[in-house]
Amino acid sequence: MSSEAAAHPKGLAHHFETFEQQKESSFLGMWLFICQEVMFFGGAFAAYVNYRVMYPDAMIAGSQQLNVTIGAANTLVLLCSSFTMVYAVWAAQSGTTKWGWSNGRHIVLGLVGTLFFGSIFLIVKYFEYGEKFAHHLVPGHGFVPPVTSIDNPAATEIFFSLYFGMTGLHALHMVVGMAIMLVMIPLALKGKWDRNNHNFVEGFGLYWHFVDIVWIFLFPFLYLIGESVQKFT
Amino acid sequence: MSTTNQIQNPDGSPEPEFPKEHYLNASHGLKSWLLTTDHKRICILYLVSISFFFALGGIYAGLIRLELVTPAGDLFQPDTYNRVFTMHAILMIFFFLIPSIPATLGNFLIPLMIGAKDVAFPKLNLASWYMYVIGASLTLFALVTGGVDTGWTFYTPFSTTYSNTFVTTVAIGIFINGFSSIFTGVNFLVTIHRMRAPGMTWFRLPLFIWSHYATSLIMVLGTPVIAITLLLVGFERMFGFGFFDPALGGDPVLFQHLFWFYSHPAVYIMILPSMGVISEIIAAFTRKAIFGYKFVAFSSMGIAIIGFLVWGHHLFLSSQSVWAGLIFSFLTMLVAVPSAVKVFNWSATLYKGSIDYTTPMFYALGFLGLFTIGGLTGLMLGTLGLDIHMHDTYFVVAHFHYIMVGGAIMGYLGGVHFYWPKITGRLARGFWPHMSALLIFVGFNLTFFPQFILGYLGMPRRYHAYPDEFQVLHVLSTAGATVLALGYMLPGFYLLWSLKYGKVAGNNPWKAAGLEWTTTSPPSLHNFESMPVVDFEPYEFYPPQYDSAEAAEPVTGAEPAPSTT
Repeated sequence: MSSEAAAHPKGLAHHFETFEQQKESSFLGMWLFICQEVMFFGGAFAAYVNYRVMYPDAMIAGSQQLNVTIGAANTLVLLCSSFTMVYAVWAAQSGTTKWGWSNGRHIVLGLVGTLFFGSIFLIVKYFEYGEKFAHHLVPGHGFVPPVTSIDNPAATEIFFSLYFGMTGLHALHMVVGMAIMLVMIPLALKGKWDRNNHNFVEGFGLYWHFVDIVWIFLFPFLYLIGESVQKFT
Repeated sequence: MSTTNQIQNPDGSPEPEFPKEHYLNASHGLKSWLLTTDHKRICILYLVSISFFFALGGIYAGLIRLELVTPAGDLFQPDTYNRVFTMHAILMIFFFLIPSIPATLGNFLIPLMIGAKDVAFPKLNLASWYMYVIGASLTLFALVTGGVDTGWTFYTPFSTTYSNTFVTTVAIGIFINGFSSIFTGVNFLVTIHRMRAPGMTWFRLPLFIWSHYATSLIMVLGTPVIAITLLLVGFERMFGFGFFDPALGGDPVLFQHLFWFYSHPAVYIMILPSMGVISEIIAAFTRKAIFGYKFVAFSSMGIAIIGFLVWGHHLFLSSQSVWAGLIFSFLTMLVAVPSAVKVFNWSATLYKGSIDYTTPMFYALGFLGLFTIGGLTGLMLGTLGLDIHMHDTYFVVAHFHYIMVGGAIMGYLGGVHFYWPKITGRLARGFWPHMSALLIFVGFNLTFFPQFILGYLGMPRRYHAYPDEFQVLHVLSTAGATVLALGYMLPGFYLLWSLKYGKVAGNNPWKAAGLEWTTTSPPSLHNFESMPVVDFEPYEFYPPQYDSAEAAEPVTGAEPAPSTT
């Protein structure tokens, strides 16, 4: 066993034969995990579509209570976080050491940027949620239907259940991602990842982009469906 | 009987010796087990934990049968009875059947069968066991503090609004347990794709691997849907959100769609691995390659894919449109095709095979008959007209027990007996293992066949009291359950006994084909001494170099390329 372990290169797990096998395995695993996430959010989107068809007016009326400007600005913030994530992955792939910085510092630069934009997104979300509490739009907590002129005003509570459920799960995925980044930063500074061995950084990049894409769907489905229609009162 | 001579060492060499170094003595102490990343030890961890939950679920089954001996509801209050059958189903389905074969035999055998040192993500593999333990503990907590009375289906709005039991706790337990399933599925898919030894092409994979590939697809794509569904139920209970609340115009049938989108394919998570085991056993004990290997392999994939499209047959009476009902009925007929392909091909393999009546073979033959009955009655339920009559009766109960117990558990026990010598290095054979297979087969039929008749006569499921005329059939069923319980307890004794007193197995006690039989029993920590190279076809009992004129005795199954170390 010991001779075998000695022959095994550093950074290559004992059960893999080559770095390529290790890399392909970790990416395939990550993509399968993302497939799983798609099905997870897919269940919630299926519920959304069901109610969008059942109660089109109530869903639109609910949507009109959301602030499109804030939602759009937050979308932009999230896209910026994806950009900085790309920088972290690029730094790991290229092994760059420009500006006299170690490669690990470049990776951390990207991660810190992602953490920064991610935090802004969550802070904005916090104030958005707070505003819903102020307007009695939180389901299950003294919800008051915002409009009364539609067929089934009570169904607006379903819209806000979906709103809080789906954006809440999305935010939870961001929090998990940010916690992972906090663990990654010291590891990157210690030089854990280099040009040949950075599967974790790339895999995490896939995760972060996936979480962004979920928002790219949530934003129009929740914020924009009431835009081109007359506002319900 | 042929059972005695076929276990000897094939070349007549002296008794095999127990290997000195193997995964069980590679390290010692509780920590070496609880922190192991060895797929073989994780198999043992799972084996112990799911056996516990099988026993617990079995006790609940016993309580149900005890209540139903008499027509009056005299043992339990109706509320208690609701909790008993709910906990029976939750424990058996989520904490025994779904992990059963994949997490134990799958974990142990997939790397061995494809010539790998471990699964692709060993730490994730261990994490999956911990997720199972956490989820199971939460469920146990809910169980000792009062249980759940919604039925394992958690139908809304009862589960969201009206039930005063620990629905949220159990939902979270099942949610966490879902991670265990997903981790296992991801691990297997990546392992099968990326960890195969040189020469192990897709069509040289044992059919056990193919069925686990199909199972893993369902685990990865189906489990997240039950996760989100139970989470929505949890949100509704905890925060008062209204996803399914009819008071707000919410749609309880939406829950049923989401629930069955996972829970129907979940049946295939239970049965597909069993089918893989049956392929291995039948090939080994007929000494023939499985008839129509590619058809059996692709039928696993067919079942996995079509299985995702049939969930609506649970909603024929739930306000689903007639058109949707017709389509789901048609798709249900369609999923029977690949299942039937398997049964026909296994039967064709038996034809003119050199059959050894060993314990695993008894289980496999039992599986064939019981699964066929379960499958055909499934088709009856899949027809729109009959289902109106049979819906929610004991006919349904009997049908899915023929699939889950007669199919999945027979396959699981057959597999445990078949691979026991590989896992432990010792044989458990002879009178008592044969007896257990026999008792289980007889007991099972006696338990569940009367339930087909009960259901046909109109006995609804989930009732603790019933009219007098049903008593004879219920008593028969309870008598059968007693025999069945005895059959299930037997292996617990003789398998443990064999750990110390069983005959040493040697590498290939059954003279079966396949990479897993070329290494020591129990295997060493890294499975193979050197990377195996595969230059033989699956189930190649008579390799090309074998000259049929020379010997009447079949050779030892497939040998790997000579090891050069």
